[in-house]
Amino acid sequence: MSTSAPGTLKKTPLNARHRSLGAKMVEFGGWNMPVEYTGIADEHMAVRTRAGLFDVSHMGQIEIAGRDALKAVQHITSNDAGKLAIGQIQYSALTTPQGTFVDDVLTYKMSDEHFMLVVNASNIIKDFNWIAAHVGEAGDAVAVNTSSRYALIALQGPAARDVLQSLTGAKLDDVKYYWFTTGEVASVMCTISRTGYTGEDGFEVFVAPGSAERVWDAILQAGKAAGVIPAGLGARDTLRLEAAMRLYGNDMDETTTVVEADLGWIVGWKKAEFLGSDVLQKQKAEGAPRKLVGFEMVDRAIARHGYDVYMDGAKTGIVTSGTQTPFLKKAIGMAYLPSDRSAPGTEFDVVIRGRRVKARVVPLPFYKRKKV
Amino acid sequence: MYPSDLKYTKDHEWVRIDGTQAHVGITDYAQKALGDVVYLELPEIGRTFNKGDVFGTIESVKAVSELYCPVSGEVVEVNAKLAEKPETVNADPHGSWMIVMKATNPAEAHDLLDAGAYTELTK
Repeated sequence: MSTSAPGTLKKTPLNARHRSLGAKMVEFGGWNMPVEYTGIADEHMAVRTRAGLFDVSHMGQIEIAGRDALKAVQHITSNDAGKLAIGQIQYSALTTPQGTFVDDVLTYKMSDEHFMLVVNASNIIKDFNWIAAHVGEAGDAVAVNTSSRYALIALQGPAARDVLQSLTGAKLDDVKYYWFTTGEVASVMCTISRTGYTGEDGFEVFVAPGSAERVWDAILQAGKAAGVIPAGLGARDTLRLEAAMRLYGNDMDETTTVVEADLGWIVGWKKAEFLGSDVLQKQKAEGAPRKLVGFEMVDRAIARHGYDVYMDGAKTGIVTSGTQTPFLKKAIGMAYLPSDRSAPGTEFDVVIRGRRVKARVVPLPFYKRKKV
Repeated sequence: MYPSDLKYTKDHEWVRIDGTQAHVGITDYAQKALGDVVYLELPEIGRTFNKGDVFGTIESVKAVSELYCPVSGEVVEVNAKLAEKPETVNADPHGSWMIVMKATNPAEAHDLLDAGAYTELTK
């Protein structure tokens, strides 16, 4: 385990809380973050069966505003933001002209002339520089990095709705999946977003940094009876992998296209051009050379990020994410395979410490919650 | 906290020497650092190792870690039951032996840390 000197790392407004809760702290994307409190498996199970509370304040916010804000968002992201109503959110990609990922983002439509992109912590500066360089190409719009204005607290799990509802006057049942509203949580004005990175129902609450501790404490207190516990980045990673949600830097980056990452559903195929649209249209029509798939281990072993994939004795791909998951209790992962050999049921070898171990392609996601 | 009948390595294995028999496992400190243990890869019976050699691998949800031989010798027993229920390592690290070695030179254990010195090391 590598650890940097804590003094050089950025801290979220909840850093002291994590320490007093006994979290194991690690460096993540330049931030000092909690990786686990009571244990990854314990926290993972809490989110699947009750709810977990995450500090994701390291995530960035970049806001785009101006008369041509929609045109700008349409130009720099792959999904069709023209379909968004005010108060609605979509998953999207910030693309290069090659159709690859600068980042994956959530696009919030705040008003007709104002959008907010929620971006990955390690990419905030890169994304902002990229957006600032391209935002003007579509007309009259500016980008502002507002990351330091928000703490972000995620409450995830089947109990999330009831627990959060007990603290807010906002009618949460009116906030559908991938919509947001504004309202007070524990008497603090927040933006409440029905989104998350766990595969469960849940909310992400944007709050001013100075009020983050108040909201965090109130949710933990209100959730005590329902068994809500704090959860760290370790459980966040195993939860998102079970739900087959991609992790930037692992499952895709500036060398992989949106089509290769099998995220064609976040491309607005009918909208006018965006950066990389020609490449993606071509890959959609003619096929991409490789594809991101889900797999389960057939032999007893755990495949992890960066392990080589072999088929018929030749290296044909790479594992992008992999772990033993606490809920499904299986060794699962995602990998890039040649597109013509990526169908469910296809078997391949993963090289684990010099040994070839068998794995099998399975449909994604690994885990899907039951809709109530 | 650390049993006085065990000896400890700086790599966080423990060994219990009984004549030429050496039971080997990992310490409470190690299991805490790893977190939830989910996989254990142990050697075959009959393999011989020198002190300091890698004899196996332990994986938690988030990390992969190698296991080092505290003494030289031949593997005479492997704890297959533990490999089936690797989470036992978290619950009872000092009771969870992984392999038994026939030590070629049990005196090698004299160089290892006793419970007091190991407690100091992990403070």
